[in-house]
Amino acid sequence: MRISNITWAGLLLALTLQACVTINIYFPAAAAEKAADKIIDEVWQLKEGQPANTDPAAPAK
Amino acid sequence: MNIKQTLTGFYLFVAVLMVAPITSLAAADLEVNTPAISTLKNSMQTRHGQLAGHYGSGAVGLTRDGLIAVRDANAVPLAQRQGVNSLVSAENSDRNALYKEIATANGHPEWEAEVRSTFAQRWVQKAQGGWWYQDASGGWKQK
Repeated sequence: MRISNITWAGLLLALTLQACVTINIYFPAAAAEKAADKIIDEVWQLKEGQPANTDPAAPAK
Repeated sequence: MNIKQTLTGFYLFVAVLMVAPITSLAAADLEVNTPAISTLKNSMQTRHGQLAGHYGSGAVGLTRDGLIAVRDANAVPLAQRQGVNSLVSAENSDRNALYKEIATANGHPEWEAEVRSTFAQRWVQKAQGGWWYQDASGGWKQK
């Protein structure tokens, strides 16, 4: 019984580690879109006169 | 007793590991603040002053692969045509370098094609009305 619990914990651990690796392999489409928008705004000088960070929800650093 | 403690330790460890991917997801921003990217951005920003009029006249359009192309050379006075060609080719070499640099700066050079297609969509999305762009099949459309 206890041994089987340890086995489960080990299995879960293996799956979790796999998930960590997988997340970094997939292309982060949403982040890429955000990055593209930021660069395009700068290159085409859209949103003139506004600072880069206008999102009130963004936490102050 | 010992086994129980070991198990508890195990579960705590696993619990921490399960939270870790969530925090790394929240922090998943692409790195776009390298010196190379800034240089490319500045160069493209300066060039945009000369290109904007050509987008507006329809002489130059946005391609489906995230670059630009001369669409209608007749919209440019003869004397300026060579200049437009140089502008387009300089812009495209900056854009190609930009997509490559973003992928490399994030440790995934193989992301270049996806970075490019993301940009291709966003350039069109942010283009002004009246500008020309290529649709998925390569035909020119006016926004």
